[in-house]
Amino acid sequence: MAAQTTLNTTSASANRQSKQSNSVWNDFVDAYNVATKSYWDTIKENKKLRLIDTFCLFLVLIGIIQFTFMCLIRDNFPFNGFLSGFIICVGQFVLLISLRMQYVNPFPGISKNKALGEFVVASLMLHFVCLHFIN
Amino acid sequence: MSDVVDVVDAAVGSNARVNKDGDNLTIKEKSVAHWVLQSLKILICVFLVVAAVSSRLFAVIKFESIIHEFDPWFNFRATRILTESSFYHFLNWFDSRTWYPLGRVTGGTLYPGLMATAAMVWHGLRKIGLPVDIRNICVMFAPAFSGITAWATYKLTCDIKDSRAGLLAAAFMAIVPGYISRSVAGSYDNEAIAITLLMLTFMFWIKAIKSGSILNAMGAALCYFYMVSAWGGYVFITNLIPFHVFCLLLMGRYTSRIYVAYNTWFILGTVASMQIPFVGFLPIRSNDHMSALGVFGLLQIVALGDYIKNKWDNPKRFRPVLFVSLIIICVLGLGLLTLATYLGVIAPWTGRFYSLWDTNYAKIHIPIIASVSEHQPVAWPSFFFDTHFLIWMFPVGVVLLFLELKDEHVFIIVYSVLCSYFAGVMVRLMLTLTPVICITAAVALSQLFDVYLNFNDLFTLLQNNSIPTRPTITKFITKLIVSGSFIFYLFMFVYHCTWVTQNAYSSPSVVLPSSTPDGKLSLIDDYREAYYWLRMNTPEDSKVAAWWDYGYQIGGMADRTTLVDNNTWNNTHIALVGKAMASNETRAYEILDELDVDYVLVVFGGVLGFGGDDINKFLWMIRISEGIWPEEINERSFFTANGEYKVDSTASQTMKDSIMYKMSYYHFPELFGTNGGMDRVRQQLIKSEDVGELTRFHEVFTSENWMIRIYQLNERDNEGRDGKFISTPVVSNTKASTGGRRKRHGAVGPSDLRI
Repeated sequence: MAAQTTLNTTSASANRQSKQSNSVWNDFVDAYNVATKSYWDTIKENKKLRLIDTFCLFLVLIGIIQFTFMCLIRDNFPFNGFLSGFIICVGQFVLLISLRMQYVNPFPGISKNKALGEFVVASLMLHFVCLHFIN
Repeated sequence: MSDVVDVVDAAVGSNARVNKDGDNLTIKEKSVAHWVLQSLKILICVFLVVAAVSSRLFAVIKFESIIHEFDPWFNFRATRILTESSFYHFLNWFDSRTWYPLGRVTGGTLYPGLMATAAMVWHGLRKIGLPVDIRNICVMFAPAFSGITAWATYKLTCDIKDSRAGLLAAAFMAIVPGYISRSVAGSYDNEAIAITLLMLTFMFWIKAIKSGSILNAMGAALCYFYMVSAWGGYVFITNLIPFHVFCLLLMGRYTSRIYVAYNTWFILGTVASMQIPFVGFLPIRSNDHMSALGVFGLLQIVALGDYIKNKWDNPKRFRPVLFVSLIIICVLGLGLLTLATYLGVIAPWTGRFYSLWDTNYAKIHIPIIASVSEHQPVAWPSFFFDTHFLIWMFPVGVVLLFLELKDEHVFIIVYSVLCSYFAGVMVRLMLTLTPVICITAAVALSQLFDVYLNFNDLFTLLQNNSIPTRPTITKFITKLIVSGSFIFYLFMFVYHCTWVTQNAYSSPSVVLPSSTPDGKLSLIDDYREAYYWLRMNTPEDSKVAAWWDYGYQIGGMADRTTLVDNNTWNNTHIALVGKAMASNETRAYEILDELDVDYVLVVFGGVLGFGGDDINKFLWMIRISEGIWPEEINERSFFTANGEYKVDSTASQTMKDSIMYKMSYYHFPELFGTNGGMDRVRQQLIKSEDVGELTRFHEVFTSENWMIRIYQLNERDNEGRDGKFISTPVVSNTKASTGGRRKRHGAVGPSDLRI
């Protein structure tokens, strides 16, 4: 979600610079609409993807909460605590997206179940390292 | 070793044949052929490991089981401390015996991977009832790991081309001098393990990018973590892998496999690398790591764009949107990076990094980096010396990869381009170039053998008993000539590698090989003689001042406190020692006395003709200290009026007054009689009137060939006046005063140094 917002604002600023600003802007809005629509359609059909996406949203929220907390108290002590908390969110998010990609479009040679197994191992590894880093 | 390469050649040939014939065989025959091939491959790999290990044993056979050079002595000392205490104690180790009086937080400023591995091997062997001396484990460490490197190279090249190229690459990697130079037995250095891990990381990375498997990417991340724990050169991987991904993105080759591989590697690798105390928060603070972070961000955006693009019915209209967004994101990212660097959030690039791009940077700004011989640019002949005929197969291989240009080929191309440049800047980076030379050369050579070592036509002809036509014969002869000449090159390569390993890279540099006038081999063992003297004849807490090159050796072999060592983290402290060496006696005594120094050690090669002595390094001492105290030390004043660096009677007065000069040549002319002595390194005549008296220092030890000379500071008398006022030097150690400087035995005659 956050990434989408950045894309939005950057294209808006591009708007002013480029000559064919209108058509680009229209294209962009069009693309955005098509993507969101098809996204909701897929989510409705596929329960597993819905589960993954809810988890992703949850992680993004936790990440944002941690970041705002750090901004509010204006201190990042202990820094490794904050960092591992934040990185675990980002890392788990990225791993989930990787799993999601393989659910939508399995890679040759890796079945969906194998992908899930690999995902679990990598997540365990990530959690172990981050816990170690928290002290 | 020539046997091994022959075996490889045979296997390559049989491989090609079996693969071609495979179509006509029954299933049973196929499985038999498969098994034969597999067992052949395993056998060859075993032979390669044996060749890799055994060719590195020249150092032990010619000399002895001894730790080499300088840095390994520190690693060895650290490993011993690790085996004597616990790992936690090791990580918290504060070393008060170096960098006197500052000390060094050693546990937090070293890469523990090497020592931890060696200690684990030691403990493991003890558990199964093999109590091996830790020194022997350290000596044999690099050869053992070179075997693993050969195997990893095999696996990596299998993914680049096929197993035939893989076997060739592994054979090259096992015996190529460019890698042997840093991994002979006794060369217990970080690079010994780092190159292995480099190849393992790349192996997993290529597998990950080919298959998109999370597990392989995790393997790459773990190897990367191991690499971070072992060598500062890990930054190379940190930048190479993102650069590879970036190139693929620019080429429009984004796939979800790349997303999976890179992100898994980046997240796990980064958070794992932060566990190493010396690295700490660097991955998010230092500029060297920013490219990885940037590509990580970019990949998220690209993935999102790809998702939208796939949903959209008209992909063509998507391109302008994509381009504009991409450009703006790049500009924004660069802007943020500059701003963050400017505000000091991110650490600026380090000096070593600058010297990579601007070869003159170090010379102008940081003399201490320029002074290290391995930071010099590579001389052209050393490319041939280190890789023999592979160096001209290297471009061929790169071109062949360009013809196919799959994702993994882009990686090898990027790697070869970057490393060729870096190796041109610094000699030590030749080490990272060597693996890619081996891989690309193997690709080129196996491509050539695929065509020219394929005698299938001939066999079918022989089977059919038909009469060969003229074009067939010509073809056969051409094939024979080409493959024959390349097999000859391979033979030459093995010969060259053995010769280079034996003669150039197996010297421990602690013990120097030389020959007596009648041609017999004799070893010059002055270093150990002097260090042992220090160990046995000086109080345990005495401080020894020497140039930083010898710091680790004094710490490891003599077990005495040093002022500066090869870690070189504190430029000012090094400059202080340099200043003391370059000052006249009064000033030097003041400086050294302030630093609580008891002994001063200088290395002098004038008697023996040993070029790497302190007088030759003296200019760097002057330059480094001039960088800090330009008003006291002036490089020009050490040259003669004509601007020459001389040590004979035409030398400048400042030069003759410096304690480095005095300590090196003290009583040197008398050794050769009344006419003065010839300095055999600089080929200049030293006369006794040129060498002034030493009044505040007195000589306590000079080694057999005069290579190491140790002086003691005269103690202050009860009124606190310095040594000059004491008529006879107060020597605490009677043994030292009588037997200190030994005259050379006339019967032995001058021995020539052979390096």
